[in-house]
Amino acid sequence: MSGDQVNVVWLGSPTFPQAAHDALQDTQLRRNLKHATTTIRDKRLRAVAELDDWETLREAGSQIKDRVMRHLDEYLLQLEASVTAAGGVVHWAEDAREANRIVSELVRAKGATEVVKIKSMATQEIGLNEALEDDGIEATETDLAELIVQLNDDRPSHILVPAIHRNRSEIRDIFQREMGKHGIAAPDDLTDEPRVLAEAARVHLREKFLRAKVAISGANFACADTGTVGVVESEGNGRMCLTLPETLITVMGIEKVLPSFSDLEVFLQLLPRSSTAERMNPYTSLWTGVTPGDGPQEFHLVLLDNGRTKTLADTAGRSALHCIRCSACLNVCPVYERTGGRSYGSVYPGPIGAVLTPQLVGVGTSEHADSLPFASTLCGACYDACPVRIDIPEMLVHLRAKVVDAHRGGVPKPEALAMKGARVVFGSPRRLAWAERLGAIGGRVAGIGGGRWLPGPARKWTGARDVPVPARESFRAWWRKAGRR
Amino acid sequence: MSEAKGRILERVRSGLRDVPRDERAEDVEVTRAYVDSHAPGDPGAVVELFAERVADYRATVVRVAESGAPEEIARILTEHAVANLVVPPGFPDALVARYEGSRLSDEPPLTPAELDASDGVITLAAQGIAVTGTIVLDAGPGQGRRALSLVPDLHLCVVRAAQVAADVPIAIRSLVPTRPTTFISGPSATSDIELDRVEGVHGPRTLVVVLISE
Ligand code: SF4
Repeated sequence: MSGDQVNVVWLGSPTFPQAAHDALQDTQLRRNLKHATTTIRDKRLRAVAELDDWETLREAGSQIKDRVMRHLDEYLLQLEASVTAAGGVVHWAEDAREANRIVSELVRAKGATEVVKIKSMATQEIGLNEALEDDGIEATETDLAELIVQLNDDRPSHILVPAIHRNRSEIRDIFQREMGKHGIAAPDDLTDEPRVLAEAARVHLREKFLRAKVAISGANFACADTGTVGVVESEGNGRMCLTLPETLITVMGIEKVLPSFSDLEVFLQLLPRSSTAERMNPYTSLWTGVTPGDGPQEFHLVLLDNGRTKTLADTAGRSALHCIRCSACLNVCPVYERTGGRSYGSVYPGPIGAVLTPQLVGVGTSEHADSLPFASTLCGACYDACPVRIDIPEMLVHLRAKVVDAHRGGVPKPEALAMKGARVVFGSPRRLAWAERLGAIGGRVAGIGGGRWLPGPARKWTGARDVPVPARESFRAWWRKAGRR
Repeated sequence: MSEAKGRILERVRSGLRDVPRDERAEDVEVTRAYVDSHAPGDPGAVVELFAERVADYRATVVRVAESGAPEEIARILTEHAVANLVVPPGFPDALVARYEGSRLSDEPPLTPAELDASDGVITLAAQGIAVTGTIVLDAGPGQGRRALSLVPDLHLCVVRAAQVAADVPIAIRSLVPTRPTTFISGPSATSDIELDRVEGVHGPRTLVVVLISE
């Protein structure tokens, strides 16, 4: 079954250190990312500072999630009952393949060959678009950034702003080249003005919205007591999908359930401020089953496991399921800021991806996913930013240990080797003295050449990390001299 | 019970072996020490804040007394060149009495194409939220089904001062969960292209809130 879960990670992706190495050479990418992360980061701090009870809200958010996880079976059953009572149909999917099959059958039962989609991490995780394509169904992403990514056959690089790695002239070229192949073409006089580009997307997509019979969405929340499902967005493409088609199919990870409708009072404060740094996002839609005469008259909710129960079983890793996908941890992460989301080779990038992806896939099953817990400096910024207080640094350390354990006896991982190398160097005073001397020489050379590395096996460690330029003199040498004074 | 459902629930339960069998969900403590409102206590100041925050989202806010509302609404619609206006069932006639363009009724329901061809829509709201500058629609009388406030390019929303809730928790507590509900905070917007904010990708590009004070 783990074969079905590989969609979480992108097939053929290099491990993080390799991908990061390449990404670091891309100055345009680094510039875009730095601009994006610093802008959102500063804005978020201001949005959060407006609420003097922020810490109390975070605490409540974290406790509510804790309650949900500890009683997930009851809440899922309650959710199923309330959605059904409100006229919806609930489906359960153990893995990606099963979820895709359910959605595909529902679409085909409506006789539809095209669907409109709201950006959703869950459907990306299961590779739904590709699966539908195999079944002859064209799925159009309607979020502007996702549209850019999809038209260019690209990978998203950020949870919130997936096309942040593309600048306006690239976007113009993509629209000009690709839109006509999938519907209304971009106008000939398309400029790279954001307003003009957004207008082209509006025209291209509106025709699809007005025609679509079936829409597919994810869910930000689902309230167990009332069966109310919620989607939070900015552009209105979500509302278009949730309102105009006859049939709505929502694919939701089982961890997204909330105990009660009233819990929205916590999450609708935490999410927008952490995510887009707004007091409230432009649009939030809440719906409960079907409403005669308003919106889709058929509603299907697909509850997706795909590795979540495995994550739940690890008490130290469980709280990764608390994540509300706000992306605050990405924007504060020094590693993410430099390497970008695609380096993580996973639907879930950044700090949360580094802990969630290996757990969903299973530690020890993919070299690529196993490299992710090492993609961190453990600086703790992600924990401070997380609106539901997920202790990502602690979980990273826990997962590192699990990865090393999983590979014990087999071929050692590069990370394990590097650590072993470092232990060899740091473990003996004589060898440390030797390495320091070499390092000092290296440092002087580095002053000319710019390379920063440690000698011997520790070089593996410095392959993906900058080591501060060593002092001209080793500490021990200095101490010996200073001590004589 | 579907096989998948049985197996998922089984895996959930075995994953939760560390949870004591007699623990009930309510036993997991949730401290609701957060405040109900971040707005000032004075009702006048709450309405003031609402107007300010709605405008902060680049929506237009027009404050008017009940008696002047029909005139003001007609003026706004003319200013935006709205020649055919969608008026939802239950919308008070008096408020659009001075409007001279043609009215589209949603009974029988307008097709998406007809909605698309309209110039704008006027609705009431279920409530407003001051701290976040949000209007809440729940498809009640005078608001219409959700598509009405979505497809036309201009949305004129009439909110009465007495409908303004101070903050999100207070607003949530007065919602009816079974109603399809939309929170609207400013016009449709995207920041996907180099983080430049552009208004109106898919929803109405223009949002005008007419705030009627007593
Ligand atoms: S881990 Fe926390 S900060 Fe990161 S996306 Fe999830 S909720 Fe947001």
